[in-house]
Amino acid sequence: MDKKCSDCDGTIVIPDDALSGEIVSCPDCGLEYEVAKTRSNSVELKPAEPVGEDWGE
Amino acid sequence: MTIAITLVYDRIRWEEKAISKAVENQGLSIRRIDAKELVLDSSKGDQEVERELGSLVLQRCVSYFRGLHVASFLEAKGIKVINSSEVSRICGNKFLTTLYLEKGGSPTPKTLFTFSGEAAKNAADLLGYPSVLKPIVGSWGRGVARLNDKESASALIEMREDTNGLFNQIYYIQKHIPRPPRDIRTVVIGDELISANYRYSPQGEWRTNFSKGGRIEYCEITSELQDIVLKASGAVGGGILGVDAMEGPEGLVVHEVNSNVEFRGASQVSNVDIAVKIVDYLVQEAKR
Repeated sequence: MDKKCSDCDGTIVIPDDALSGEIVSCPDCGLEYEVAKTRSNSVELKPAEPVGEDWGE
Repeated sequence: MTIAITLVYDRIRWEEKAISKAVENQGLSIRRIDAKELVLDSSKGDQEVERELGSLVLQRCVSYFRGLHVASFLEAKGIKVINSSEVSRICGNKFLTTLYLEKGGSPTPKTLFTFSGEAAKNAADLLGYPSVLKPIVGSWGRGVARLNDKESASALIEMREDTNGLFNQIYYIQKHIPRPPRDIRTVVIGDELISANYRYSPQGEWRTNFSKGGRIEYCEITSELQDIVLKASGAVGGGILGVDAMEGPEGLVVHEVNSNVEFRGASQVSNVDIAVKIVDYLVQEAKR
């Protein structure tokens, strides 16, 4: 499935097996999105949370 | 007995996807819950929380504080969380990790802690150069700086003094261990060391983190490695852990224990399927 980048209008390809919470990025501008699957299994993209100071392994 | 596993996450990385697939391949059910969407109600009873969130939770948040607090809530409601909030608390904070490694008798680099920049400069002098300044919270090598001499130490510490991070006025300065341009990432599950790999620093970089682009190579599990890694795992409370070691002049030393271990790099060279091993461990824990 393809979605358009809200920033640069680039085409973001979302893998078929993508899970909600997975991160995809725009190949043109690099902006990151979080995949959100709805109950009807359609896919939406929301801006990914920026990396926090306490993030890590 | 039907085993259902709840995966609490805030970002699905390669690892969470691999674990999800391994759960499904074993015919078990998995419920994935985004911690960012949770509304936790302190007044709810244990059974109600268990009905909503499950009886066995694998906590895999990339945000240390988010994961720690979700785990604390779930445990307060009688739900088993892996890794436990206590293990996460210790491993997510390098200050605490060092204390527990020392207490557990694990070889670890000498570390000095201070609570002001001025004292940090004195500590760097005491430790000698080079030494390593690390933030106590956070990972992937971010903010880790080598203090090559007194001048660079002063500059880096003064820069830290001017930042507003919650923990930035707690200084963690560690003795620099002369080592080959690599360290060892191991994955421990329960009381088993299941995988070990070398992580080589990428070109122009002294840190070895895979996230910095380091190269991965298979590492043989020797009895020395096994002993120190399992000791370190036990020292912080055990579970599913990434224990990192360095080859120092006096033998292996453990410098970090990760409670939310990333194993994408390790999986490239491991003889075992780490995600499957994690699921086996969860099943075993569910039956306990």
